Amino acid sequence: MKKLLKYVIVDIVQNKIVMIYTLLLLIISLSVFNLENNAAKGLLSLLNIILIIVPLICVIFSTIYIYNSSEFIELLVSQPLKRRTIWLSLFSGLSVSLCLAFFIGAGIPILLYNADATGFMMIAMGLFLTVVFVSIAMLAAGLTRDKAKGIGLSILLWLYFSLIFDALVLFFLFQFQDYPLENIMIAFSFLNPIDLGRIQILLQMDISALMGYTGAVFREFFGNSTGIILSFLGLITWIIFPLIISLKKFKAKDL
Amino acid sequence: MIVAKNITKKFGKLKALDDVSVTFLKGECIALLGPNGCGKTTLIKSLLGMVVPDSGSIHFNNELITNKWMYRSQIGYMPQIGRYPENMTIANVIDMMKDIRKGIEKEPDEELVKSFGLKDMLQKKMRTLSGGTTQKVSAALAFMFHPDVLILDEPTAGLDPLSSEKLKQKIIQEKEKGKLVLITSHILSELDDLITEVFYMQDGKLLFHKKLAALKEETGEVKLSKAIAKIMIAQEAGL
Repeated sequence: MKKLLKYVIVDIVQNKIVMIYTLLLLIISLSVFNLENNAAKGLLSLLNIILIIVPLICVIFSTIYIYNSSEFIELLVSQPLKRRTIWLSLFSGLSVSLCLAFFIGAGIPILLYNADATGFMMIAMGLFLTVVFVSIAMLAAGLTRDKAKGIGLSILLWLYFSLIFDALVLFFLFQFQDYPLENIMIAFSFLNPIDLGRIQILLQMDISALMGYTGAVFREFFGNSTGIILSFLGLITWIIFPLIISLKKFKAKDL
Repeated sequence: MIVAKNITKKFGKLKALDDVSVTFLKGECIALLGPNGCGKTTLIKSLLGMVVPDSGSIHFNNELITNKWMYRSQIGYMPQIGRYPENMTIANVIDMMKDIRKGIEKEPDEELVKSFGLKDMLQKKMRTLSGGTTQKVSAALAFMFHPDVLILDEPTAGLDPLSSEKLKQKIIQEKEKGKLVLITSHILSELDDLITEVFYMQDGKLLFHKKLAALKEETGEVKLSKAIAKIMIAQEAGL
């Protein structure tokens, strides 16, 4: 696997889109930190941008990359390699290079301007979300042969996780507002990796007090080390689960 | 060497392979022929494990190939259209293949790399190459690791006359070493001095598998192209 991984990473790192993505993140994070005189405020603005942009770019870029490599994958399958090795190399290659892009583009500015627990959590969550959405992209690309459908599906999944899911939860909240829903809300947040990331970062920022009673419940559940470990486990599940399904699909795929 | 029994593969409603059974032996050079869409490429891809047949079994050196992958180290495959990662140079691609095939004792055979003149453009990126040059890279890679079986899907399509002659010489040379060579091509005139057997498919079915000499005798033609044309016309008349 190592031998293949090296070549996949070299190929992706040289990709112009990845360079532009890195540069874009760098410009956004530097300008956000320089516009606000308070680094914590800058971090909050950066949070919202990162939670939208990182999943979007990761999911779309990875999907397109996999479709564009279909002939290359075909070539590799005809070589003495396990299909599992090929698929996992692609996944790791995409994850490592996009994580690197995120770390250079957003991680380094965060470390420069706000190197505290909140900053570290934000970097960790950005990296996690990168890998999660690469995994989701692998799933979308594994499910359908048609490039347009696959990209459509990955955009839809992104839309679902960043907008539709929250709308559904809000709808649910209003429908059942007479009932105590705090614990259910905690369960819900595990259904969306972006929410998991957001909650962890917001709790680190000490502004959960503004979120009322639910914020207090969240703080109690997620704020301690057990909660942090649980949400990390949740995110890891979000990485592994789509990847395993896509791997199963790929193993049975005709090329 | 390769024994396939009753393989059937459907793509939706289309039967790409319909109960095909074949035996390919060492030292043979077999032409896979047939009209477009008759299942040649699907058959090749089944042998390579790229397509998983719905039913039937394929044995390579008496070993079932389902979910196996090591047997492919003995196959050199040249695809119809080879596409490679855009940002890699020719040297990168060759290095990568060498890395993948690590563990064979013999030195890689770089004869085609030299004779195709790829040595002078090793630093060129794959996306800047013409279709013909990409084919040359594919061909060089297929022969590089001394495979026992060569599977060539339209090897000379897109190659200039000089290069395709070089490739033909290489194929003959390998055949004489006692290797199994499978070729698909629509340029029948090229195959005359290469092949020993003809494997003809139509609509996913095996129509016949004969020695070249026997085929020529039956049809009374000297040229393979004429012989095949006769059969195709007879087929159409029969329909």
